[in-house]
Amino acid sequence: MSSVSTTIYFILTFLSVYVQVFFLSVFLDKRKKILVRKGTIELSEYPGVTVIVPCYNEEKTITGTIESLLDLDYPKDKLKIIVIDDGSKDHTWDTIKKFEEHQNIKILKKENGGKYTALNLGLKYVDTPFLGCLDADSFVDSQALKRIMTYFYDSHVMAVAPSIVVDKPKNIIQGAQKAEYDMAIYTKKMLAFLGGIHVTPGPFSIFRKKVFEDLGPYRHAHNTEDQEIALRMQKNHYKIEHCPDAYVYTVAPNSVGKLFRQRQRWIYGFLRNVIDYKKILFKKKYGTVAFFTLPSGIISVISAIFLLGMVFYNIIVFLINKIIQINIAGFSSISNFSFDWFYFDTKTIFFMSILLYSSVVFSLLMGRRMLEGKIRFSFDILYFVIIYGALAPFWLLKAVFNTIRSKQASWTLERDVGLKLDAN
Amino acid sequence: MEKQEEQEQQKFDWRRYVVVFFITLALFLTAVYISNYFNNKKLDQLKSIQDKISIDILSSETQFSLLSELSCKNVSDTVLSSELSELGKKLEWGEDNIGKSEELTYLRKYYSLLEIKDYLLMKKISSRCGVKSAFVLYFYTTAENCSECQKEGIVLSALKDKYPELRVYSFDYSTELSAVEAMINIYKIKDTKLPALVVDDNVYTGFRSVEELEKTIKESFKLQEAIPENTSNKKSS
Repeated sequence: MSSVSTTIYFILTFLSVYVQVFFLSVFLDKRKKILVRKGTIELSEYPGVTVIVPCYNEEKTITGTIESLLDLDYPKDKLKIIVIDDGSKDHTWDTIKKFEEHQNIKILKKENGGKYTALNLGLKYVDTPFLGCLDADSFVDSQALKRIMTYFYDSHVMAVAPSIVVDKPKNIIQGAQKAEYDMAIYTKKMLAFLGGIHVTPGPFSIFRKKVFEDLGPYRHAHNTEDQEIALRMQKNHYKIEHCPDAYVYTVAPNSVGKLFRQRQRWIYGFLRNVIDYKKILFKKKYGTVAFFTLPSGIISVISAIFLLGMVFYNIIVFLINKIIQINIAGFSSISNFSFDWFYFDTKTIFFMSILLYSSVVFSLLMGRRMLEGKIRFSFDILYFVIIYGALAPFWLLKAVFNTIRSKQASWTLERDVGLKLDAN
Repeated sequence: MEKQEEQEQQKFDWRRYVVVFFITLALFLTAVYISNYFNNKKLDQLKSIQDKISIDILSSETQFSLLSELSCKNVSDTVLSSELSELGKKLEWGEDNIGKSEELTYLRKYYSLLEIKDYLLMKKISSRCGVKSAFVLYFYTTAENCSECQKEGIVLSALKDKYPELRVYSFDYSTELSAVEAMINIYKIKDTKLPALVVDDNVYTGFRSVEELEKTIKESFKLQEAIPENTSNKKSS
């Protein structure tokens, strides 16, 4: 059993290092093309853009969000904002009503149906050639829209994703997420160079209206509609870009419980979307997303869970041995501990793991450099490695478990419906 | 048409995947190389420890046969004992983590030989110089064939810590060394009856707990204290 698990461990580590080396190779190739602008820019033309803001019980944060949109450095007559109250039970509606007087803001109210229904309602009122969305707990940098629009000069580009940044982290949970989001700036840009983006994030991704005219409105997509629309676009060969200097600030979950639930939802959505789009996997014509992005996501889920299993197994074996020792020879036998360099682990796997962790930290630093202009070490990196290392396997496990359960439920449903139809 | 082809090429570049594979493979092989390098250094370290112990034993033996009872004053035995047991631990770790290689089998044989020499020497010193010590010969084998052996090992380690004058010599039953095989024959150890312990020419098979062994060892200490009395009585009369 041990040699099988060692082989699997080797293969997974090899594949994980492969993913990191892959990103590095793209970085070395294309780093001159990474565009990070510092000041304001002027565009040759300013197309009309509508931003849809769906909200549900966001009375505290919605004002900041809408104000950041109003502060966008973009001609006021070319920017429209639609705020949709998805049946909130708090004072969200009263809060957004205050903005009604603005010429370019339209507010709508509907019964609760989920974020994607609010977005689709907004879609009906869009009459500009471009549109985007913004989550009610996020706010945009004033230069973000202009910088994004420069990517649409290329007529093939159908959507542009921004860089999401954690706003003022206050504790180590938020600090760890800040490090992770910094790394995402790097990986997204690298994926964009190869046409392999698999998520157009909810907060402030900008689309050509044509995308929804051609491909249809948002779908429920297991509450990850921002991922599903990106996969739909990839399936239809629509080009997605990434704008590293368009900043969207988001409030990250500030407790372990909230982070856990958020990630479990995201991974569940990811797995179910991958199952829905399994036909595109490893098909050459769909390019990088099919050969690299989605498979590497699946590998990381498998690796983390496998690693968890191994760590558990090792801990249990260690405890059993200690218990046997105490049983036979009393407590004193485990108290002597001396360190000798001889016993230091020098197996191949150990060095490969060091390589893997170093490359992850490298990605993080590169993302941070794109964001801040310089490489900066901070404790966030440590929090990220430790907290995610400890928690991620569990939310991944829960997400996998939920996916299996939901799949079983849908098979049962199909079977029951099938039986009913047969009976009729 | 051209633009579409260009797009297709941008979307899928076989070469990158292949190049990255070879780079990752090269990194992997470098890790293997570094691991081997460190493992070999550890084996070298073991070898040099064994050479040192071998020289020390040879020196004590020579010292002993050159001078007769007078050499009792110069005999230092405690350092050798801890070095030998440290070596034993490292050898065991090596077998678990580096895997059974030719090198390690050779080192294991060398170690068993050193243990036997140490045993013979210490017996001579203890009887001639009246140094208080008890000797346990411990025969074991791999975990698949002997489930109690690991537990017995723990018992013996605990007793060694408690009684510094106790000397435990462990022998893997399957060591292909004529000296070990000779001992197995002398005490008639059977591979079906492992773990086996020999204390004062008495063979005990099967798992013995801490309390049982402690009693046996204490009796062995007492037996020893009785003997010098007899020799000194003989001399006086």
